Amino acid sequence: MDELEAIKVTFFQECEELLADLEGGLLAMQDGNDDGDTVNAVFRAVHSIKGGAGAFGLEPLVRFAHVFETLLDALRSNEIPGTPDLTALLLRASDVLADHVSAARGLGVVDMDVSAAMAAELKIATDPNAAPAAAAPVAEAPQYVDAAPIVIGADDGMDDDDLGFDFQPMTITLDAQAADAAVLDGDVWTVSIRPKSDLYRKANETALLLRELSRLGPIQATLDDSALPALEFIDPEAAYVTWSVRVETEQGEEAIREVFEFVDGDCDLEITRGEAPVADVLASLLDIAAPAPAPEAAPVAVEIPAEAPPVSAVGPAAEAAPLAAPMPVSAPAPAAPPVAANAPAPAAAKPAQIDVPGPGQSVIRVDPERIDRLIDLVGELVINQAMLAQRVGEYGIAPSSNLAMGLDELEQLTREIQDSVMAIRAQPVKSVFQRMPRLVREVANMTGKQARLVMDGENTEVDKTVIERLSDPITHMLRNAIDHGLESPEERKAAGKNPEGVVRLAALHRSGRIVIEVQDDGKGINRERVHSIAVKKGLISPDLTLTDEEIDNLIFLPGFSTADKISDVSGRGVGMDVVKRSVQALGGRISITSRPGLGSTFTLSLPLTLAVLDGMVVDVAGETLVIPLACIVESLRPKAEEIRPLGPVGSVLAVRDSFVPLIDVGLTLNYRDRSPPPTEGVVLLVEGEDGSRAALVADAIHGQRQVVIKSLEQNYQQVEGVAAATILGDGRVALILDVDAVINLRRRGPPPPSDPTLIAAE
Amino acid sequence: MTRTVLTVDDSRTMRDMLRMALAGAGFNVVEAVDGEHGLEVLSAHRPDVIITDINMPKLDGFGFIEAVRVDDDYRAIPILVLTTESDPSKKQRAREAGATGWIVKPFNPEKLVEAIRRVAA
Repeated sequence: MDELEAIKVTFFQECEELLADLEGGLLAMQDGNDDGDTVNAVFRAVHSIKGGAGAFGLEPLVRFAHVFETLLDALRSNEIPGTPDLTALLLRASDVLADHVSAARGLGVVDMDVSAAMAAELKIATDPNAAPAAAAPVAEAPQYVDAAPIVIGADDGMDDDDLGFDFQPMTITLDAQAADAAVLDGDVWTVSIRPKSDLYRKANETALLLRELSRLGPIQATLDDSALPALEFIDPEAAYVTWSVRVETEQGEEAIREVFEFVDGDCDLEITRGEAPVADVLASLLDIAAPAPAPEAAPVAVEIPAEAPPVSAVGPAAEAAPLAAPMPVSAPAPAAPPVAANAPAPAAAKPAQIDVPGPGQSVIRVDPERIDRLIDLVGELVINQAMLAQRVGEYGIAPSSNLAMGLDELEQLTREIQDSVMAIRAQPVKSVFQRMPRLVREVANMTGKQARLVMDGENTEVDKTVIERLSDPITHMLRNAIDHGLESPEERKAAGKNPEGVVRLAALHRSGRIVIEVQDDGKGINRERVHSIAVKKGLISPDLTLTDEEIDNLIFLPGFSTADKISDVSGRGVGMDVVKRSVQALGGRISITSRPGLGSTFTLSLPLTLAVLDGMVVDVAGETLVIPLACIVESLRPKAEEIRPLGPVGSVLAVRDSFVPLIDVGLTLNYRDRSPPPTEGVVLLVEGEDGSRAALVADAIHGQRQVVIKSLEQNYQQVEGVAAATILGDGRVALILDVDAVINLRRRGPPPPSDPTLIAAE
Repeated sequence: MTRTVLTVDDSRTMRDMLRMALAGAGFNVVEAVDGEHGLEVLSAHRPDVIITDINMPKLDGFGFIEAVRVDDDYRAIPILVLTTESDPSKKQRAREAGATGWIVKPFNPEKLVEAIRRVAA
């Protein structure tokens, strides 16, 4: 049952999507952004989950989904009004449904009390008059689950009124075998079938019904075409004939009725036990035949072998006709059989799975390891290509030569391959974002806040490896925003705000990085309190004067927590410092801006991929370093008059209207003890994640290069001021500079008293 | 000759289940994700039997069946409707739209193939 297991995997994948659709739809309803189809989409999501769960016998999930679906069905058919309260209930129900799905998958367990309580709530919402007690049995045992895979229409019974026709059921048995003494009378049935034109309109077919009957036992079918008008009066769409079939079967009347399940109501059917007396039939036949234009039409007997004929692909009408009679009595041949049409498929016709947007989008499943291997190889290719370029440069080959131009093209192609390969692994951040609405609801419930999550940029794509590590920081930032950022509804009302706070989660691309913003419209950071706590905890010295921004960023210090008492939500021993460190480990930055009374914004930025980087290759004290291009604002050669000393050792560079600190990279990384005069080197003006600028002094610039990032932590250990390493074209290892760390290192060096972080961070 | 069955269902799980059951019984299977798509696939593959879900986006099962039945080229194709419930009103609506028969989910492969046999020549 490997195949079934594979489908089960698909089912759970689909459940994830359906749950996301469900939540998205419900949130749209909550915001009043729903169109008429939203409620249908929401219904379909639950319906599909139930359907699939039923196929796999996931009973608790089916049961809960059924109750949920029933309520949604009532809502979409306007039996109950949609209210904000109802939507809130549906959202909570969707959370429970998600728990059921996880449990069915073997990930976690469902709190059955919660589930039962929710099912009862849903039941009451569906039918307010139903007593709560009545809800329980339904939740426990929905009839649907026990239904047989195929419902048998036997209990439906025939509508007797349909038989009140001016027609007498009849059987003509011309075959002597019918009277075979070996057949017990009780096993012989006479089935009279008078199809209506509707039967054919629905593409049912008398011949197939006879074939099905023949599976029950030997049959003899007799055609009464006496009602058939003359050819010129025939309506090809009408039904004129009546069949009388003698069936020998031990399977009883139910089995016979089952054959006619699909044509119930579309034909007059009479099933009688035993043989119909020939005399009676003849008599009634004469009665009916009298007004018929073809009185001489004799009943035509057709015998059908007991075993079903081999199934053929001939159109239904075509097969029916020879069975019946030479005349076109049987099927009104509603259309040419499909196979007969030999016209080529219209040009517009598309293959089934291509070009279909939405759920049917053609998808290839690939083992991620293969992609990782491909990415590794492309990385090697990039290095190799860089090496070639370098060699060619060393040989002094003119850039206009064919070889150099060919190499340029190779470089472009390599880059395109790399982009394409990276795009394979790129995924929208949606998969992470879609888990957040629930988190917000839960945190809001736990903290007594009212919060609404607004999400933006869910389709922003980023490398899969990055996505996997986004979840924790985002979770923490959201928790923090609700728990510490938003005020209680009362406080908000008192401040003249909407009692419901808004938390905005956005993703966007900015200069080769992905930026995640978490913004709340709460009270903002209480700077006085943050400052006093930092002082009290000995994180900063009391006499420091800090800018607002510096105070805000104190919350990232290890051991800092502003909550007076540790709350359920944020107080899990994980402070913002841990978040910051984990983000930094990914080559990311996190910062905060805050406006008192208006709220705070956390900004998290990460490289789009953890595999490649555009960098500037520079030379510092004989070492080759790579500075990430994203940090570099400009490069320049400083003039002596632009450099001003500051303090005992430091100096600043005048860049247009401002001064930026000059940092000698070689000195900071301990490559040398004394920095040469900056005028002899090159200055790279860089911008840190928090917007602070610095002028990095290097000895020379080699050029701009795309480099493949090799983790230093994995291969060696973390080194301060160094983000990672790479392999250059000549095979040498070069270190990739961590610009922010270098800026901070320099600040930490000989401590200029105006800098808070250097003390704070220690 | 291999017969072609068109399955129309917005649930990938259901389509996969149908494909497994039908391919196992020797049918050629083509798929569509909703009624609109079903009509496109119909013209490209000319199936011998259609199996369709009812609740689907864009064009639901009822609309799809009606559209098939008014098209002279396709109206003789038997259509089986998939329903999760034996809800008589839904079944009745599907029949009025022109459904040939129905299959109640969850189905087992034998029942599915049997239902096809009952409607397909």
